[in-house]
Amino acid sequence: MLILTCPNCGLAADETELSPGGEAHLKRFGPGSEDADFEGYLFHRANPKGVHFERWRHAYGCGKWFLAARDTATLEVFGTYPAQTTEPPAEIITRIRARHPDWSPT
Amino acid sequence: MSEMSALPGAVAGGLADISELGLQGMVTLKADLSAPETAAAVRAATGTAVPDRRRIIETETGAVAWMAPDELLILCAHDGADAMVTSLCNTLKGRHYLAVNVSDARAFFAIEGRGAREVLAKLAPVDLHPESFGPGEMRRTRLAQVPAAFWMTSGDSIRLICFRSVARYVFDCLAISARDGGEVGYF
Amino acid sequence: MSTRLATGGRLVDRGAQIEFSFNGKRLQGFLGDTLASALLANGQMLVGRSFKYHRPRGIVASGPEEPNALVNLGEAGRFEPNQRATTTELFAGLSARSQNHWPSLEFDIGALNSYAARVLPAGFYYKTFIHPRPFWKHVFEPIIRHSAGLGAAPKDRDADRYEHFYVHVDVLIVGGGVAGLQAALKAGAEGKRVLLVEQTSAWGGRAPVDGGDIDGTTAKEWINTALQALGNMPNVALRTRCMGAGVYDHGYVLAYEHVADHTPQTDAPRHRLWRIRAGHVVTATGAIERPLSFAGNDVPGVMLAAAMRDYVVNFGVSPGDRTVVVTNNDDAYRTAIILHQAGLSVPCIVDARPQADGELAMQAKALGIRVATGAGIATVRGGKRVTGVALCRQAGEGATTEEIACDAVAMSGGWSPVVHLWSHCGGKLVWDDARACFRPDPDRPPRGADGEAFVSVTGAANGDFALAEILPDARVEEPSEAPLLPVWMMPQGAGVAKRAKMWLDFQNDVKVSDVQLAAREGYESVEHTKRYTTLGMATDQGKLSNINGLAVLSHALNAPIPQVGTTTFRPPYTPISMGAIAGEARGDIFQPIRRTPIHDWHEENGAAFEPVGQWRRPYCFPRGQESHAEAVAREITATRTSLGLLDASTLGKILVRGPDAGRFMDMLYTNMMSSLKPGRCRYGLMCNENGFLMDDGVVARLDEDTFLVHTTTGGADHIHAHMEDWLQCEWWDWQVFTANVTEQWAQVAVVGPNARKVLEKLGGDLDLSAAALPFMGWAEGRIGDFRARVFRISFSGELSFEVAVPASRGRAFWKALHEAGAEFGATAYGTEALHVMRAEKGFIMIGDETDGTVIPQDLGLDWAISGKKEDYLGKRAHARAHMTDPARWKLVGLQTLDGSVLPDGSYALAQGRNANGQRNTQGRVTSTYLSPTLGRGIAMGLVLNGPERMGEVLSFNTVGEATVEARIVSPVFYDPEGEKQNV
Repeated sequence: MLILTCPNCGLAADETELSPGGEAHLKRFGPGSEDADFEGYLFHRANPKGVHFERWRHAYGCGKWFLAARDTATLEVFGTYPAQTTEPPAEIITRIRARHPDWSPT
Repeated sequence: MSEMSALPGAVAGGLADISELGLQGMVTLKADLSAPETAAAVRAATGTAVPDRRRIIETETGAVAWMAPDELLILCAHDGADAMVTSLCNTLKGRHYLAVNVSDARAFFAIEGRGAREVLAKLAPVDLHPESFGPGEMRRTRLAQVPAAFWMTSGDSIRLICFRSVARYVFDCLAISARDGGEVGYF
Repeated sequence: MSTRLATGGRLVDRGAQIEFSFNGKRLQGFLGDTLASALLANGQMLVGRSFKYHRPRGIVASGPEEPNALVNLGEAGRFEPNQRATTTELFAGLSARSQNHWPSLEFDIGALNSYAARVLPAGFYYKTFIHPRPFWKHVFEPIIRHSAGLGAAPKDRDADRYEHFYVHVDVLIVGGGVAGLQAALKAGAEGKRVLLVEQTSAWGGRAPVDGGDIDGTTAKEWINTALQALGNMPNVALRTRCMGAGVYDHGYVLAYEHVADHTPQTDAPRHRLWRIRAGHVVTATGAIERPLSFAGNDVPGVMLAAAMRDYVVNFGVSPGDRTVVVTNNDDAYRTAIILHQAGLSVPCIVDARPQADGELAMQAKALGIRVATGAGIATVRGGKRVTGVALCRQAGEGATTEEIACDAVAMSGGWSPVVHLWSHCGGKLVWDDARACFRPDPDRPPRGADGEAFVSVTGAANGDFALAEILPDARVEEPSEAPLLPVWMMPQGAGVAKRAKMWLDFQNDVKVSDVQLAAREGYESVEHTKRYTTLGMATDQGKLSNINGLAVLSHALNAPIPQVGTTTFRPPYTPISMGAIAGEARGDIFQPIRRTPIHDWHEENGAAFEPVGQWRRPYCFPRGQESHAEAVAREITATRTSLGLLDASTLGKILVRGPDAGRFMDMLYTNMMSSLKPGRCRYGLMCNENGFLMDDGVVARLDEDTFLVHTTTGGADHIHAHMEDWLQCEWWDWQVFTANVTEQWAQVAVVGPNARKVLEKLGGDLDLSAAALPFMGWAEGRIGDFRARVFRISFSGELSFEVAVPASRGRAFWKALHEAGAEFGATAYGTEALHVMRAEKGFIMIGDETDGTVIPQDLGLDWAISGKKEDYLGKRAHARAHMTDPARWKLVGLQTLDGSVLPDGSYALAQGRNANGQRNTQGRVTSTYLSPTLGRGIAMGLVLNGPERMGEVLSFNTVGEATVEARIVSPVFYDPEGEKQNV
C-alpha cells in the first residue's frame, strides 16, 4: 500500500486517503479534433512497466489533485508535484534518470 | 426555534468520553489565501490571521482552520454563521471568493480523556503519536469509511467534524473503539 | 505415553491449575500451558486425522509451524475451526475437539483411504474425475465437497469484537528472541521510535531453552536485562502475542495481536490488527526445524527435536519415556541431553553423518547416550503411537540393521530461516550450501518508496543460528557445532515402498513418492508441482514441508536446489481471523448509512427503506396491513389528487461560483447554462468525455456569479469530484470555486394540486403565486418562520415546490407541513411513488434509462443539447461515428396490449438468431411500472428506430417461453401538455 506526499497539504498520505485518477499529462482533444487524436486522448494509455506519471486526488484529505512519478514495477516514487503542470518537473526527471539512465520521456 | 443537531445528546464512555456537541456554526471560505485582502477579511470576521498550512487557530468565539490551499473553515456560534458569511461577503466584495454557511451539513463531536488518541488511532490512518500530532494541527482524513477532520484542543481532548448524514455511523465507530477493555496502552 | 514431569516448566505456573476439555473429556492443565502442552501432559498425543488418508496424527511441533494439531476450538459464537493447539494458550473452560474424522478420533472410517493410498497418488483427482464430463458437476463434485475441508464451519454469529490500530514507527522489529531484542536495544539507543512485536507470550525465542552464556550471564538473564533496558526507553514499545503477519509496499506491515484469545471472559476485543507504517522493518523471525523424510515419520510420537525439548523445558512435559533422536546435525543432541537430564531415556541418537565428534556429541556420549553414526531410520513401528524404530544404514536401501523399542522419535533435518516476511514484498533469497538453507539475499532486499531497502534481517532468520553469530559484539560461550549433512531422504537409497510412507506435507498428505511422481510426469516448475501435489497448500502453507519437498524435486529433476527455487511466500505468515481483517466494520457499522435530517420521522412512521447509494430512503410508507404496492398506489393517488410530501434532502446540491462560473457551467452541461437568469431554474444534462449521460438535474442561478447545481442522489459526491477534476487539472486558470452543500439543506418536495395552499397556509414573506413565482422559478425568503429557498420544479408533473430549509430545521419543517397539510390529507410518499410518477410523465431516470452507454440523443433529449456552444464535455464524442449512427436504440413508451406490467430488463425480440444461437433483439425495457393513475402497466424502453415506429407492436421476452406484446407509444403517458405542473 503506497504512501504519496500530497504537495498541496504536505502530508505523506496513506493510499486509503487517496483516489487514483489514471495517467497524467494527457492532452485534451475537443470538438473539431481528428478521430485518431480523440481516440488517443480517450482510450490510449501507456500502462508501462517502469516509470509512469499518474494523477492522484487527496480525496479524504485536502481534496486536491496532484501528480506522481512512480515506477510501477518497484513502486519507487520519484516525486509528487502539482496537478497544474503540463510536463514533469526537471528535478523529477533527474531523479528518474539517476535510477534509469536510459529512460527518456515520450 | 426547533433546531436539531444530528444526534442531540449522544454520549458514550470507556477509554474516552465521546459526546455530540450540538449545533456549531461553520463557514467555508474559499479564496486566494495568500492575498492580503483575504487576510484582512478573515481578520475582520474572526480577529485572527489566516492559519498556516494544516493549522487551526482558536479564537474567542471559535476557530479558523486551514482545510486546503484555497479553503478555510471558520467556526463560530451557530446563530452567528449567516452574519459571518455576510461579513466576509462585504469585505471581499469584488474579489473571487466563495463563503457559505455549512453549519448544518456537519456533525460535531468531542473525544476526551486519556484514551482519546487511541480511539482515533483505531479508525484513522494517521500518526497520532504525541510527537507527531498535537494541539494546533487540523487533520483531514478518513475515519473508518468516511471523511472526517479533527484537531486537539489540549493533550487529551479532540474535536471531530464529519458530515451530518453519517453522524450515527461515526458516533458508533467512536463508541465501539472507546469501549472498555480495548485499551491499547500505546501512546 | 506423554505426561507431566514432576518438576520443571519455566512458562507454566504449577500453582494455577486449569480445567479444559478435549473431545468432551475433562482434563487439567496449568496456567502458561499451550493446548498442545496440556494435551501432551494428559497423555493425548493423537490429536487429529490427516486430510486425505485420515492417518492418525500427533503433535509434531511447538509453534506456528504445527501441521497436525488443528482443532475445532470453542463453542457457539466463539467456535472456530483449524486452531493450532501449539499456539493456543490454555484458559479455564477451553473446549477443543479434534477434526477430520468420523465417527471418532480413535476409530475413523475415512482411514480406509489410507489402505487405498496406492491408488490415490498426486493428481488423482485431476486424472480420475475428468470423465465422463457431466459427472463432475452432478456426481463427483458434491461427494468431494462433502468430504473436503478441515474442521467445521462456524454456524453462529461471532460473539467477539475486533479492531484495527494504526501506528507509525521508525523501526519495526518482528520477533522477540535474542536477535530481535538486540535490534531493539540498538534502534532504541539511537532514539528511534521502535515497536518490537513477538508472536508468543514470552520473550527470548529459543535461547532460554537452548542455552549459551552471553557476556558472563545466562541467556535467560541477558534477556531479562535487555527487557529492563527496553522498558526504560520511552521511545520503544514492546508487544507480545502480536505476530508480524505481512509486509507490504512502502513499509506497510500488518501485525496480528491476540488480545483476548487467552482471556475470553473479559470485555476486550479478541484480536487487534495493527496497521503499521514503518520506516524500516527488521525481521528477527527465527528459524523452523525441518523434519527428516523416513518411512513412518508421521506416526504420532514422532516430533521435531527442538519441539520436544521445548515441551520439557518450557512446560515440564515429557513427550515420551524412551525417545530415539534422529538427526543430521549437532543441534538435536541438545534434545537428547535435555531428555536425559529430565530423567528420561534416550536409547540411541541416530546420526546420519559418518562422524559425530562435535562438542554436543561429546557431551551426549559423556552422559552415556549411545550414538549410532552413518545410520538412519528404516521405518517407524506403530500406528496411533510410536512403538519402536528399525534402524538402517543411511547410505543403503533401508535393510533393517536393528530394532529399538521406543515411544517417541525426535527428528531434526536442520533449520530453515523464517524468510516469509522478508519475501512478502519482493525480498529475494540465496541458497546457502554450507547451512543447507535459503536465506535472505542482502543484495536483493524489498525496496521502499525511496528505492532503498526497507527490510533487513537478523539472527536465525538470516541463517545465523549460533548465538555468537547473532551477537557478534558480545562474549558468547556455547558449544561449537559441527557441520550438518544435508539429508533429504532416509535412507538415501530407499525403495518405492518406503518413499510412499515418507511424509513431506503432513496436513495435505503429500509424500516423497508424490513429488517424485510429479517430476516424472513432467512437472519441472516448483509452483506447478506444488499445485499438482498440493504440497504446502494446507493451512500451514508448507512451513515444514516446502524445503524438503523442493529438495526432493530438485533431486528428481537432477537440478541444483537454487535452480528449482522456492514457491512464493505470501502473507499472512499464519492465518489471521476474518474478524481482525474486518475490524469495526460489521453489524450496524459494516458500512456507513447516510440519514437525512428527517430520517427518524420516516422510521417512526413505518417507512420501508431502500438503499440509494449509502443513503437509506423511504421506498414507501405502508399503513396497517397494506402491501408495498398498495401503499405506493395510495401515495400516488393522494399526491395527484391533493398533496404529497417527499423527503428530497438527498438530492445533491453544489455551489458553483466565480467570474468564470457561467463558462464552466457551459462546459459541464450539454445545454446553455450561462444564459440562465438569476431567479430562474433550468433542467440540464451532464455527459462525460465519452459522451455518455452521467447525471441530470435542475440548475438554479442564485446570482450573477453563483449557480446552484442539483444532482441526482447518487451523483452528488462524484459530480462534485468531476467538477473539481476539470477545474484543478484542466482549466486551472478559470476563476471558479465549488462547494458541496448537499447536507446543509433539508429539502422537501411539496407536490399536488394543494401544494401552494399548504405553503401559503404556513405564511411567511414569499409570494408563491404563479405570477410571482412561475414554473422553473425560485425564490428565497420565509415560509412560516423557516428560512427557505423555494424552487418551482416538478418531477411528477404536478404543481410542485421543492423547499430547502437548513438541515437543523428539516424535521420541524416536515412536521409543520404535515400539520398544515392535514386538511388536505398530506401524504408522505417514497421513492417508488416518485419513480412511477416520473415514468407516467416520461421523465428519464439516471441509472434506469441510462447505463453508461446511453447518450442524450438516444433519449430524445436533443432539445437539451446546445448547438451554439463550441464545446462542452462530451461534444466531441457525440460526433463519433457510432454516436451518430441512425441505428442506435432510442427512447419510446411501451404499452402492453393486455395492460400487464412488462418484465424489468425484458428485450424486444427480432427475427432470427445471432452467431451464439441467441434470439436477435431490437430493443430493451429500461423502466416498467404499474401506473395506478392509468390503471395499467407503463414502460419506457430503447428501441431500434423507435420514435419512427409509433403504433407498432413488439414482442418482449419473459422468464420462460412466453412473450408479451407491447405497442410503441409516446413515453409521456400523463398530462402530455404539462398543464398540471404549470398552474
